[in-house]
Amino acid sequence: MAEEMTIDAKNLHYTPLNRMLRKAVSEGTTEIVINNVLGQRFIGDGLRGDNVNITINGLPGGDLAMFMNGPTVTVNGNCDHAPGNTMNSGRVIIHGSTGDATAHSMRGGEVYVRDNIGYRGGIHMKEYQEKRPVLVVGGCGRAFLGEDLAGGLLIVLGLCGECPVDERGVGSGIHGGKIILRGDVDELKLGIGAKKEDLTQEDIDDMRPFIENFAKYFDYNADEILNSKFVKIVPSSARPFANKYCWE
Amino acid sequence: MTIGSVPPKYKIAIDRDQCMLCERCIDNCSYGVFRKEDQKIIADSRKCTACHRCIAMCPRDAINLHEKPNDYRSHPVWTRETREAIYNQAKSGKIILSGMGNAGDYPIIFDKLVLDACQVTNPSIDPLREPMEIRTYIGKKPRQVEVSKNSSGDYDLNTELAPNLKLDTPVMIGHMSYGAISLNAQLAMAKAVHEVGTYMGTGEGGLHKSLFPYQDRMIVQIASGRFGVDVDYLERGAAIEIKIGQGAKPGIGGHLPGEKVSEEVSKTRMIPIHSDAISPAPHHDIYSIEDLAQLVRSLKEATEWKKPVFVKIAAVHNAPAIAAGIARSSADAVVIDGFKGGTGAAPRVFRDNVGIPIEAAVAAVDSKLRSQGVRNEISIIASGGIRNSADLTKSIALGADAVYIGTAALVAMGCRVCGSCYRGLCPWGIATQRPELVKRLNPDEASKNVANLIKGWTLELSELMGAAGINSIESLRGNRDRLRGYMLDEGLMNVLDVKTVGA
Ligand code: SF4
Ligand code: SF4
Repeated sequence: MAEEMTIDAKNLHYTPLNRMLRKAVSEGTTEIVINNVLGQRFIGDGLRGDNVNITINGLPGGDLAMFMNGPTVTVNGNCDHAPGNTMNSGRVIIHGSTGDATAHSMRGGEVYVRDNIGYRGGIHMKEYQEKRPVLVVGGCGRAFLGEDLAGGLLIVLGLCGECPVDERGVGSGIHGGKIILRGDVDELKLGIGAKKEDLTQEDIDDMRPFIENFAKYFDYNADEILNSKFVKIVPSSARPFANKYCWE
Repeated sequence: MTIGSVPPKYKIAIDRDQCMLCERCIDNCSYGVFRKEDQKIIADSRKCTACHRCIAMCPRDAINLHEKPNDYRSHPVWTRETREAIYNQAKSGKIILSGMGNAGDYPIIFDKLVLDACQVTNPSIDPLREPMEIRTYIGKKPRQVEVSKNSSGDYDLNTELAPNLKLDTPVMIGHMSYGAISLNAQLAMAKAVHEVGTYMGTGEGGLHKSLFPYQDRMIVQIASGRFGVDVDYLERGAAIEIKIGQGAKPGIGGHLPGEKVSEEVSKTRMIPIHSDAISPAPHHDIYSIEDLAQLVRSLKEATEWKKPVFVKIAAVHNAPAIAAGIARSSADAVVIDGFKGGTGAAPRVFRDNVGIPIEAAVAAVDSKLRSQGVRNEISIIASGGIRNSADLTKSIALGADAVYIGTAALVAMGCRVCGSCYRGLCPWGIATQRPELVKRLNPDEASKNVANLIKGWTLELSELMGAAGINSIESLRGNRDRLRGYMLDEGLMNVLDVKTVGA
C-alpha cells in the first residue's frame, strides 16, 4: 500500500473526508496531504496513528484534531475554533491564526499557532501522568486565556509586536499548570485565583524544547525568543474553591 | 462564639435491656456516633445523619432513632431549617452544600395524576396471557422508510437506520460517576442492567477498567470537565451523553474535591491524585445551540457515526425550545432531568429552588417537538424523581420514551436517603471511596436487588398498560388520554395537556 497520498477536499463533506483519512491510516499510509480544504470541520477527529503526518492546505473548520491520538497535523492556513479540542496526543502546527477555545480541554500533545488565537485559548487544559498538553502561540491571545487551567503549559509570545494578551480574565480559576507570557501582563488583567511570578531557570529549561520546535516550524530564532523577558501565571492556590462551601 | 451550636437533628436511644455490647454499632457507624464506656454503649446523637446503618446491623434491635422534635419556638415561616441555615452561614460566610434530592416541600405532580383503566368498552388486556410489547428503541428514527421488492419477492429496507439502543425495559439507570459513588456501586448497577437488558450512565468520571466487561451496556458521559474522556472511552460506550445540565443543580458546574480523587478515581478521570476536579458551568466549546450541534457531530465523527448521542439538560422553563434545538442537532435523544433529581453534592439553594418538575418539563418538551413535527425523530428520556412504576408509567404517558432512575437504584442497594453523600462517608458503601466502607457493598447481592427492582417495575408497567387496554409501549407514549389531573390547576393541566378527573 502506498505510504503517501493526496486527498482533494474540494466540495467534500467532512464525513467522507474523515473516512478517507481513517482508511488511509489503517492501510499504513503515513504521509497525507489534503488540498483545497475550505471549512470542513472535525478533520482528524479521534484519529490514531503515531507516525502519521497530515498536511492541510486551506482553511479547516472547527474542532480540528479533536480527540486525536498521535498524528501530526500541519495546517497551511488559518483555523476555525477549537483546534486540538480534548486532544489526547499528537501535534498540530498551524501556519496562521485560530479561532476561540483553541486547545480546549487538551489532555496531551502539542499545538503550535504561528499567529493569534481567539478568546478562551487553552481553556481547561489538564494533564495526567506522562501526558502534558502544550500550547504555544506566536502572536497574542484574547480574554479568558487559560481559564480554569488544570494542568499543562500555555505559552504566548506576542511576536506580532504587541503585548501577548491585553484583555481580562487571564487564568481565571487556574488550579494547575502554568501560563508563560513573553513580555508582561497588567495585574488587573489577571482573573480570580491567578498570580504573576517571575520565571525561574527551571521554567526556561521547561519551555525551551517547545520554543525550539516553534522556531523550527515557523522560522524564528529560538535563542532570540528565549532571551526575552517572560512572566508566568500560576494558581494562587491549588484549591481555589476549597473554601467556598460549608455543610448542611 | 456568639451563635453557639444548634440542637442535634436526631436522637439515638439504646435499649440497655436489649443491648448485648457486641459493638457492631461502633464498627458500622462511619460518623463516629457510638462508643463504649463503662460497659455501656454511648451515642453522640449530634453526629448522627440518620443513615440507619446501625439500626440495620444491630442484632438485638436495641437502637432507636427519632427525628428530634423542633425545640425552637415553633414558627410557620422561620422554620428550623431556615434558622439553622442562617446560623450556619452567619458563622461561615460560605455556600451550603447538600446531597441527594430536593428537600423543599413542593407538591409532587405525579401524585396528582391518576392513570385510567378500561371497563367493558375497549377491554383490558391480561399481560399473563397476551403479549405485551415493552421493548423500546432509543435513538433517531427516520422520517419515513423506503422499501423495495427484491427478486425473491421479499422486501428490502432501503433506508439506512441510525444506530439505536435496544431496551428490554424502559427503565435505565442515570449517570452517577465513579468518584461520587463507589466502584462497587457502579459494578452492581452494571451487572443489573446487563441482566435486565437495559443501560446505565457512567457519569462524568470516566470508565473504570473493571466496568469494561459491561461497556456494551454503558452510556459514557462527556461533561464540561471532559474528565476521563478520550477516544477509547468514547468507543467503549454503547452511546455517548453530553451533559449540559443536571436537575439537582441547573446552571452550575460540578466540583469533586481533591480529597475524593483517590488513586483509582484519578486513573479513571485522568487527572492527578488529590487534584480538584472542576467541571465549569458551561462547556467552553458550547456557547450556542449551533456549538452544541457541533459537539454532537464531533462525537459522531470521532466514533464513525456508530453510536447514538444523547444530550442531557436540566428541566428549566425554557426546556422545550432547547429540546427543539437539540432535536435538530443530529442528537438521538434528549434527556430531561427534573428538579427532584438527586446528586452527590449541590449547593442547597440550587437543589431546593432551581428548575422545574419533570412532569411539566417532559410534557412541554413532547408537545413542542410534536408541534414542530420532529418528535418522531428523537427520543425523550425523563429523569429526576422517578420513585415507582406509577411515576414511570405516567412519565411515558406524558411523552417520555424511557426514564432514568438514580436515587431509586441507590435505595435498592441500601441507601437510606440520609442526604450526606457529599461527606464521602456513606456507611452503605455507596457514596464513598473509603476502602473499608466500599467493601460493605457486595456488588453481586446489590446487583440482584437493582435487577429485581427494575423487573418488578417492568411487571407493574405491563399490568398498568394492560388495565388501560394498551399492549405496546409505543401506544402509551404521549398518550395523555390515559391520564387525568386530580386537583391540579387549569394552567398546569394545560401544560401537561391532560384533562381533569371526571372529564
Ligand atoms: S449493635 Fe446493638 S446490640 Fe450491638 S452494641 Fe450496638 S446497640 Fe448493642
Ligand atoms: S448514598 Fe449513602 S450517604 Fe448518600 S443518601 Fe444514601 S445512604 Fe446516605
